[in-house]
Amino acid sequence: MLGAIFRARESGIVLALVVLVVVTVTQNPRFLSGQSIRDILLGTAILAVLAVGQSVVMITRNIDLSVGSVLGLSAFAVGSLLRGNPGLPVVVALLAGLAVGAVCGLVNGAVVRFGQVPALVVTLGTLYAFRGVSYFWAGGQQINADQLPGSFLGFGDSSVLGVPWLVLIAVVVMVVAGVVLRNYRGGRELYAMGSSPQAARLAGIKVGRNTTVAFLVSGALAGLAGVLFAARFGTIDAAAGTGYELNVVAAAVVGGVAVFGGSGSVWGASLGALLLTVIGSALAVLDINQFWQQAIVGALILLAIGADRLVAVRVTRSLKKRNSHV
Amino acid sequence: MSDTAAPSGGRPAWLSRLASWDAAVILVTVVVLLVASGAVDNFGTSRNYTFLLLDLLPIALIALPMTFIIVTGEIDLSVASTLGLTSAVMGSLWNTGMTIESIIPISIVLGAVLGAVNGFFVTVLKLPSLAVTIGTMALYRGLAFVVLGDGAVADFPRAYTSWVTGTLGGGPIPNVLVPLVVLALVFGVVLHATPIGRAVFAAGASEQAARFAGVRTGRLKFWLYVVCGAMSGLAGVLWTLRYSSARADNGFGMELAVVAAVLLGGVSIFGGKGTLPGVLAGVVLLAGLQNALRLQDVSNEALNIVTGVLLIVSVLLPNILSSARAALRRRRRRSPSPDPPSSDPGVLAGIEQ
Repeated sequence: MLGAIFRARESGIVLALVVLVVVTVTQNPRFLSGQSIRDILLGTAILAVLAVGQSVVMITRNIDLSVGSVLGLSAFAVGSLLRGNPGLPVVVALLAGLAVGAVCGLVNGAVVRFGQVPALVVTLGTLYAFRGVSYFWAGGQQINADQLPGSFLGFGDSSVLGVPWLVLIAVVVMVVAGVVLRNYRGGRELYAMGSSPQAARLAGIKVGRNTTVAFLVSGALAGLAGVLFAARFGTIDAAAGTGYELNVVAAAVVGGVAVFGGSGSVWGASLGALLLTVIGSALAVLDINQFWQQAIVGALILLAIGADRLVAVRVTRSLKKRNSHV
Repeated sequence: MSDTAAPSGGRPAWLSRLASWDAAVILVTVVVLLVASGAVDNFGTSRNYTFLLLDLLPIALIALPMTFIIVTGEIDLSVASTLGLTSAVMGSLWNTGMTIESIIPISIVLGAVLGAVNGFFVTVLKLPSLAVTIGTMALYRGLAFVVLGDGAVADFPRAYTSWVTGTLGGGPIPNVLVPLVVLALVFGVVLHATPIGRAVFAAGASEQAARFAGVRTGRLKFWLYVVCGAMSGLAGVLWTLRYSSARADNGFGMELAVVAAVLLGGVSIFGGKGTLPGVLAGVVLLAGLQNALRLQDVSNEALNIVTGVLLIVSVLLPNILSSARAALRRRRRRSPSPDPPSSDPGVLAGIEQ
């Protein structure tokens, strides 16, 4: 059971995490203070929700580069909604964010499905288009914490039984997505599509519909992440979440989700999100220039896809050997 | 790809389709420039044309090698970060007191080295270029900030900065258009009239077929990435001198404009198709639209909507057109005596003949 949960790739990340934490703590014990851990968990929660959505898309051999812009758009939308209607319950805010994100995801999915064009180009386009919509709408104004209802900010701060709400939501998202991908037919179909779209189509899988659903899920989760972002930071402008797509793709890739589809898990992607967040705060604690963070993200992507390639080459080689004996 | 099936004799279908797409983009570009000159205040002035040409210069410089890379079926998303890193290195070398005459070649070589790193990952380790260049996009941009922080270096020698912003004999044509035109001619001739160009198209149409036909696709792609890096480095140098400002975030987000211009110019994202005149028209169209909208006080950020939507439209439209054409062909074929169905892609058929 344990062995099944931590297969090779995931255990590599866990090892990297442990080494990183141990090294950082020996340099500065404050790294494991309650506040520090809390910050790491809150940061991971937002990134992990995005990474789960990204995994769902990447498993089908697509990519969603627009998630950072969807997050920003949804955060600003929910912020304006709450500013105008301070009495709205938090659940409505969450649903509104999900809805905004779902619409964006539906746009991506529809263009990819009916246009028969690569998701890379489509979502690179919508990355800028959705961001442009945010700028158009916000027009330089900013929503500050004092304009948001206290109940909403409290939701970003408070916890149940010691677990912050944001983390709880991220865990629920992760578990639901993980179980559906692993144990349900719809989830398995996504893996089949990613391994071989043609074979999947021949096997009667509705590839087009599933692709749309995958983008819908990714968009909706990016929208949800936007609400979490707004609740955590309280300050939202049109630039919210700029550049997040890079961290999200990095988290998924580092977590073992293959760019060419067909393999990976949301657990791995979430661990990737945790690793990236820990690196960020370790750099701060170790007093290393924060600018290194982006360079490290890039190096990690290269390292992860390199390692992935190595595994793939080994597997084909051993399969060839096995076949030659037959 | 269904639309590559060649009708017996004559030009392959994709070639004539391509010609028409190019012609359409060039036509649209001319129309947009004419309409904007008439309808948008200050667009038709020689001063504005100078700015327009200066604005499109870095995009055009990088679009030239990007055309080759996308035609081979790969992509390079790290170009804007390469531009930023060369700019940052320029700034910090200038701070050490090095002369600008040695900094400029070093920066271009640095760009080539960064391109070689991409090429190594893509062709030697055989990793997907999309993932590799997303990684180096972050890596190079991060390194740019590590090198220069978020400050700026501005005191570059006037002789150089004023040459870059200056015009030929004080007219509307910027000095820097001269190297751009020369480079565009070189790239155009190489792509459309040499064995290298044919190898690029062959590699994009069918990598396996190209390899069987004797093209060393790995080596070819590696050098394309090196050239793309060098051109991004050159764009970084000119950018830095134009604004007299070396910053780590120079050119941020420019990969979108480059890829959008190339695809708008009729290069297929699936590889194997495209022409350089079309790409240059795409560059001018994109820059012209942005310039016109900016004169109408549309904010920079809102312009991103235009670029993003153009990018999507330019990949959608050829697909819609080709599937419409395929449907027409099918309907026509159903009535009279049909040709034997040709299932092989045209390029493969061409090589076998």
